[in-house]
Amino acid sequence: MTLAAEIRQGDRRALARGLTLVENGDPAAAALLADVGTASRAHRIGITGPPGAGKSTLVSALTALWRGDDRSVGVLAVDPSSPFTGGALLGDRVRMLTHSGDEGVFIRSLASRGALGGLSAAIYDAADLLDAAGFDPVLVETVGVGQGEVEICRVADTTVVVLAPGAGDVVQGMKAGLVEAADVLVVNQADREGADALVAALRSAAELRDAPAPPILETTATTGAGVDELRQLLDARVGDAEGESLRARRLERAHARLRAAVDRARAHRYWAAREDALARAAEAVAAGDTTPAAAVRDLLEGDA
Amino acid sequence: MTDAPSLPIRILVAKAGLDGHDRGAKVVAAALRDAGFEVIYTGLRQTPEMIVDAALQEDVDAIGVSLHSGAHMTLFPQIIELLKARGGEQILLTGGGIIPADDARKLQEMGVGSLFGPGTPLAELVEYIRTEVAARRERGNSTASP
Ligand SMILES: Nc1nc2c(ncn2[C@@H]2O[C@H](COP(=O)(O)OP(=O)(O)OP(=O)(O)O)[C@@H](O)[C@H]2O)c(=O)[nH]1
Ligand SMILES: [Mg+2]
Repeated sequence: MTLAAEIRQGDRRALARGLTLVENGDPAAAALLADVGTASRAHRIGITGPPGAGKSTLVSALTALWRGDDRSVGVLAVDPSSPFTGGALLGDRVRMLTHSGDEGVFIRSLASRGALGGLSAAIYDAADLLDAAGFDPVLVETVGVGQGEVEICRVADTTVVVLAPGAGDVVQGMKAGLVEAADVLVVNQADREGADALVAALRSAAELRDAPAPPILETTATTGAGVDELRQLLDARVGDAEGESLRARRLERAHARLRAAVDRARAHRYWAAREDALARAAEAVAAGDTTPAAAVRDLLEGDA
Repeated sequence: MTDAPSLPIRILVAKAGLDGHDRGAKVVAAALRDAGFEVIYTGLRQTPEMIVDAALQEDVDAIGVSLHSGAHMTLFPQIIELLKARGGEQILLTGGGIIPADDARKLQEMGVGSLFGPGTPLAELVEYIRTEVAARRERGNSTASP
């Protein structure tokens, strides 16, 4: 049986191996992704926000509720790689241990490996594999304090931005961007002082926009308070009422994704045949014998 | 190709047993990260089932278990058995704690890797994991079906 078929049949070891191929950008990954044939069935939900807001705890609490409905849940937990050593400390599982041993939950930690905005192309592909293996929803946790939120929008059908009281100053600086990126705003750690003030601040930031304000929910992930409301709101987005905006989002995502994939493939093929020409041109530019613009023109010459 | 040296080593670091602090495991996790590893940290009181379950989902190259409760002669063999039963036999199992040399030898006969006592320089641990994982990746490549 092929790896793709094993993954479709729910073989967890095969899924884990497939995720590694995708994560490593292995040449075998492209064939696997083509074979595995995902139809974008799963609701892909991005969970982002500043460090320590309670994203992983919230993911775990949501997962428990979906399991109660007998839905299988896939989780991708992304943390940054060090730009200096390439190492990463991936600690999100610590908050999700209650799901250990549950065949209906699959959690994979991914290091960003230098991808811009903390999200790599591998995330799309990894979500595809979880989708093909039958997990729905697929949750993607990322740390976001700016760029990250915008980046996750391109992967997710629905973006949840999670904040906690005490993040006041951070929020001050990025309120606009946060509200912009969020389909749902969550103020977690609602049991702590300052939660209501944060909700009020977010509400006034949202009112400054032309677009309709995203819903703002309060949760306490550690006790589960408010989490069911969030779950229902997320589920409703794939129902009839919001189905239209979700379809538009997926179309946009498919568009951006195909363009990026073709760009990558073309660049790869282009350079594979021109490493020597590039080396010569680089030397000429570095030595001042030609200008970068002239070198580019020469390199592209004859290339449609 | 897959296992070009540039691919980071993925390792699961867990604290097994019932004693309640994980300072040591956290120090090791941070040191491995600084050495360029991708460290999946799972925290305290991990059972063999939890460790193997996570290791297989994460498709790690290695598992580092820290334990100080004296249960090494039951925990390590259980982890090895589960790895074998569930298709993870190529994963390196190493770790640290207060483990008599006799016990360490018995465990190695069962397939456990080297075990490190308290106070072992972290550089030694890093070097061991690098070498051992490189060898296992090499073996994995040469036996992998086309
Ligand atoms: N009081 C309170 N504490 C919470 C709540 N949710 C999470 N926490 C605690 O906040 C800390 C951080 O929680 P995580 O779930 O790890 O937060 P995170 O956003 O995933 O953190 P990173 O992945 O490190 O960015 C933990 O100690 C949690 O127990 C909550 O609703 N109330
Ligand atoms: Mg987290």
